[in-house]
Amino acid sequence: MSTVAEQPPAPAAPARETVRAYARRWLTDVKSGDLGSLPIIVGLILIAIVFQTQNDRFLTASNFVNLIVQTAPYAVIAMGVTFALLLGEIDLSIGFVSGVGGVLVALLLIPDGNELPTAVAIAVALAAGLGIGVLHGLIITKVGVPSFVVTLAGLLAWNGVVLLLIGSRGTVILQNDFVIGVANDFMAPGMAWILMVVCVALYAGVLLVRLRNREKAGLANDPLVIIGLRIAGLAVVLAIVVAVANQDRGIPYSGILVGALLLFWTYVLNRTRFGRHVYAVGGNQEAARRAGIDVDRVKIACFAIVSVMAVLGGIILASRLRSVDTNTGGGQALLYPIAAAVIGGTSLFGGRGTMKAALLGAIVMISIDNGLGLLGLSSGTKFVVTGGVLLLAVTVDSISRRGRVHSGRA
Amino acid sequence: MTTQSDTPLLELHGVSKSFGAVQALFEVDFHVSRGEIMALVGDNGAGKSTLIKCIAGIHPFDSGEIRFEGEPVHIHGPKDSARLGVEVVYQDLALCDNLDVVQNMYLGREQVDGARRLNETAMEAKAQETLRGLSVTSMSSVRQTVAGLSGGQRQSVAVAKAVMWNSKLVILDEPTAALGVAQTRQVLELVKRLGEQGLAVILISHNLHDIFEVADSITVLRLGQNVAAYKRSETNQQQVVEAITAGKLSKVPGQQQEAIA
Repeated sequence: MSTVAEQPPAPAAPARETVRAYARRWLTDVKSGDLGSLPIIVGLILIAIVFQTQNDRFLTASNFVNLIVQTAPYAVIAMGVTFALLLGEIDLSIGFVSGVGGVLVALLLIPDGNELPTAVAIAVALAAGLGIGVLHGLIITKVGVPSFVVTLAGLLAWNGVVLLLIGSRGTVILQNDFVIGVANDFMAPGMAWILMVVCVALYAGVLLVRLRNREKAGLANDPLVIIGLRIAGLAVVLAIVVAVANQDRGIPYSGILVGALLLFWTYVLNRTRFGRHVYAVGGNQEAARRAGIDVDRVKIACFAIVSVMAVLGGIILASRLRSVDTNTGGGQALLYPIAAAVIGGTSLFGGRGTMKAALLGAIVMISIDNGLGLLGLSSGTKFVVTGGVLLLAVTVDSISRRGRVHSGRA
Repeated sequence: MTTQSDTPLLELHGVSKSFGAVQALFEVDFHVSRGEIMALVGDNGAGKSTLIKCIAGIHPFDSGEIRFEGEPVHIHGPKDSARLGVEVVYQDLALCDNLDVVQNMYLGREQVDGARRLNETAMEAKAQETLRGLSVTSMSSVRQTVAGLSGGQRQSVAVAKAVMWNSKLVILDEPTAALGVAQTRQVLELVKRLGEQGLAVILISHNLHDIFEVADSITVLRLGQNVAAYKRSETNQQQVVEAITAGKLSKVPGQQQEAIA
């Protein structure tokens, strides 16, 4: 499940590949263990079939929208923590850092006469996340304490900060319309369609510009049919999402936010020098250092991204629950995001992983959680099943990695 | 002053380097010209690695003179030597397995366009051109991850990465140490082509067979001193082996130990 598998494979000869050659290459990749998103998509289909046969409410428009609302906060945190995993590091503190974010926003917006403007309150929380991440990063890089220990300490300490911030209030009800709206307001059906068309058009534009540039430079291109299929595939998936969601309440703004963040961070990882350096540090730190990359700076930036994204996820979570309490940041937020990233195919050893993987992994986790909930099963059962799925996902990855080793793609 | 073509690209005159009490290099003279493949041989601890690390700017020389293209220069760090056009391919290659060939070749020096986006098209075209220029054609795609390449192909990528930056001197540290027969051949051919393209090459190797196949000249180090310099055409393996093991030292460090041994 490597990132590079996503990129258009290019043969040595500067000619356009035939569809058959492309298909053969794809099959070779799969056989040699480069499964890409294949297992997770198969997994999602299985999940849908199993839960739908057990409870016919699983595949309804209303539950579909619920799924988006429930997935959004964990997907955001999972995308963030992917930056730590890409380095081969880990951040265990994400749950309570997200808690700090949610609680800060809730407290700063209590309408007691001296509440802050909404934008300022959110900015303060994000800045706190930035500070927390930079602090983690500095201790990890400059002092040399392993990230596992630093963020384990963070898990305890930021849990304490959540409790201190909440104090004797017990539960703080969110009363700010904007913040509540993030997870509880929905995009107008017409707007959603327009946005969908714009997205597909942009994607098509990007692919076609790339095609033309590569052709001009005499480089190999994917077959036109494959490019067409990719665009059509995105169009179909987005159209289904919009059509189904519009049958019910529509697409929640938190879902739109997830999409925007997915695009933004994917761009950063694939098209900027910083992103390239993140993969390089995760792949071979010594090689990165010798290539003149400031490894410490890359690491600190990544831990900052993890914490800022955690805070953002925390705000979305608070918005969905409309309140924060002493348990904020605990429970599912604690480890679900890491599990989501890993299920999506991000390697814990660094260097391999994508934003898309984090999102797909979060969808799997939450679908299982949601489906078991519909069946009326307890949290105990939920945790046992999710644990099993995580183990299964990592097993599939390990076995496919063995295929990679055999074919020399360790 | 001689004409440029007669001036060696890199000349070291009487360079010394010690680490504490250990004299790693003592008054070494060394030179390499454009288009010349200079083999640097010697037993373990002879000072080969120290010499190339000093040229690469990782350690400074304690004394002695460095001339590059006839001009005296000072090398204070890796950036200085890179600016002169010196590139080192270390034994462990320093490639990222999870990145593809193009990404590895441009690591740390990625090209970006006006909007600070990576210019993948330009990088891929240039990388392909460089590889073709070195007749490295065995890879099916430059968008393949390095993890999927053979040892010889990886070495080729590392060398291509070193020569892509208008370098004038390429230093190869044991490029064939971990390779099989066919792949060794592949890499030796590549080394020859570097010389043909007018680059100066310093080749460190323990394998005299390889050296006699590609090198134009051979410098022998022993216990931090250079004890012999040969033209390949005027020497044979036995002579070189003798120089490596028993070459005449101008100054004998730790004479007592030698006598006991």
